[in-house]
Amino acid sequence: MQHDEVIWQVIRHNHCSFMTKIETGNFCRNPYNVTGVCNRSSCPLANSRYATIREENGVFYLYMKTIERAHMPNKLWERVKLPRNYEKALELIDKHLMYWPKLLIHKIKQRLTKMTQMRIRMRKLALKTREKIMTAPRKEKKRESRREEKAEKAALLDKAIEKELVERLHKGVYPESEIFNHPLGKYLEILDKEGSQAVEEEDEEDEEEAEIEFVEGYDELEEEDDMEDFGASPKFESQGDFEDDDNDEEVEAVGTKVKRKTDKIAKRLDKVARDSKSKKAKVVVEMEREDADERQRVVQ
Amino acid sequence: MGGKRKKSGNDDSDNDNNEERGQKKQEKKKTKREELLPSMIKNKEKRSELHAKLKRQKKLEKRAKHKARDAAEKRALELGEELPERKVPRTIENTRELDETICKPDDEELFAGNDADEFSSILKREQTPKILITTCRFNSSRGPDFIKELLSVIPNAHYYKRGTYDLKKIVEYAKNKDFTSIIVVHTNRREPDALLIIGIPDGPTAHFKLSKLVLRKDLKNHGTPTSHKPELVLNNFTTRLGHRIGRLIQSLFPQDPEFKGRRVVTFHNQRDFIFFRHHRYIFESREVKKTDAKGKKVKDGASGSGPELKAIARLQECGPRFTLKLISLQHGTFDTRGGEYEWVHKPEMDTSRRRFFL
Repeated sequence: MQHDEVIWQVIRHNHCSFMTKIETGNFCRNPYNVTGVCNRSSCPLANSRYATIREENGVFYLYMKTIERAHMPNKLWERVKLPRNYEKALELIDKHLMYWPKLLIHKIKQRLTKMTQMRIRMRKLALKTREKIMTAPRKEKKRESRREEKAEKAALLDKAIEKELVERLHKGVYPESEIFNHPLGKYLEILDKEGSQAVEEEDEEDEEEAEIEFVEGYDELEEEDDMEDFGASPKFESQGDFEDDDNDEEVEAVGTKVKRKTDKIAKRLDKVARDSKSKKAKVVVEMEREDADERQRVVQ
Repeated sequence: MGGKRKKSGNDDSDNDNNEERGQKKQEKKKTKREELLPSMIKNKEKRSELHAKLKRQKKLEKRAKHKARDAAEKRALELGEELPERKVPRTIENTRELDETICKPDDEELFAGNDADEFSSILKREQTPKILITTCRFNSSRGPDFIKELLSVIPNAHYYKRGTYDLKKIVEYAKNKDFTSIIVVHTNRREPDALLIIGIPDGPTAHFKLSKLVLRKDLKNHGTPTSHKPELVLNNFTTRLGHRIGRLIQSLFPQDPEFKGRRVVTFHNQRDFIFFRHHRYIFESREVKKTDAKGKKVKDGASGSGPELKAIARLQECGPRFTLKLISLQHGTFDTRGGEYEWVHKPEMDTSRRRFFL
């Protein structure tokens, strides 16, 4: 009944459900195959005397079949548990397959080696932590990005930050020595002092004179460009004379020149002069400048 | 549309005879049928015609309403009466679902909890924060750039290459070296997409989704920050969880900001999205046009009636800009298997768009 040659003929030339043909060759899917290759010597079906190694839950077993049991399929395979030690497993294989064909023994030993290596690798990998790849559902991603966009719009971030900062300023979180551009209280104090002085001075002077002084202030503005860094500097609206004392002679000379000129101009319409001045002031584009003007008006 | 016309009809004919009433009824029926129609008309031309008509009607209505409102306001102003109250628009923030863990300013329990939590030693300035920044295993392109900017934002932060170390090993290492937090920047497809903040030695682990990252060089008119310690703005962290996240973020930064640097780092929570911004600011005073009490003003000692000054802060953005969204908060340090989660975002939480957790 069991005739290896007939079986092989059928398998090889008609049909075998375990055989897979791919470009690299013909392979066998039968789990009992030692090598995994489809050929006469390693076919578990066409060899009545056959042996292989299989793994079950991390334990290796040596499977053997002989022609004597070919008629009872449920007892076809004899199974021997192989010890975990590689050397001992080899010894055991030698013992059980003492008179078997040398080729088969060799193949089984090869398989044992491979499987031992695989087991070692598996254990190593199991210990290693690996990144878990998660799915990111497209629908949720889209929804989140949509909501994020809207939330950003609703947040009015710049406004919120500014509000918070100003609130902190008013709470007095910032020590005056550290925020050098904005010691607002102090700054205003100085301002007030200067303002009262200005009033006293201006009491004596005519309007024209005041205008002259304005122009002076404007001229100095150009000199003072580097003062911008200190914010709306209190010195702008303090009178020109005050400034001149600090500055060098050049500035003073310019100031006097301008004075002469403006004296002439001042005899004309005050309004015109004022307009031109304000235009000039605008050319320089200074917020501080305008502030100063405003303040002066208040003082007057 | 029909409803409107019907209403006006009502106004005109308060006391009309039966005939007219009958006619009105008919009209009513008609309009009712019409009201149902617009989306149900199959002929596109007709449908769009009707739609346009409806739209126009709505527009007119709206305009009339606004006009009436403005007129009423003007009249009130002239008569010196109180202005009619402006209606507050309903926003998602207004109509947020009530969360019982929203903290009140006098929440003793919260303060007690705050004193006992993992960050209290840092926030009480007993310990200076020291941050370890690392990445996921594979890091390239925008990842390193982002980390460079993070390093410039967070003082006392140190970057360590990840190598092939386990995160748990890194946590161990950080504990030995007296770090107070670890930040892990996770990169996917060469784009940073997640941020893991781990408190050391036993702080919580927060996992954030990171999106909309804009680096400094891609910002228009960006500034370059100084190396001063920045000050921190945490906005809108209201609930218990929010407070905890806020404190976690706060513990990344030194508690003694150098105001001289005029740097501000903002974490603004809006609808559970945490917006990160980094600015330089400068205070300025600007005139307020109206002299009536509106907003905060500086008291002008010289003359009360003159133009009053109001402090404003001008901002210049520098540093990266990104958005975080909390995915999970874990008790203890990083441990995905045995870790105990304090909060995890689950899909069923997304069922309402008015429910927020931070």
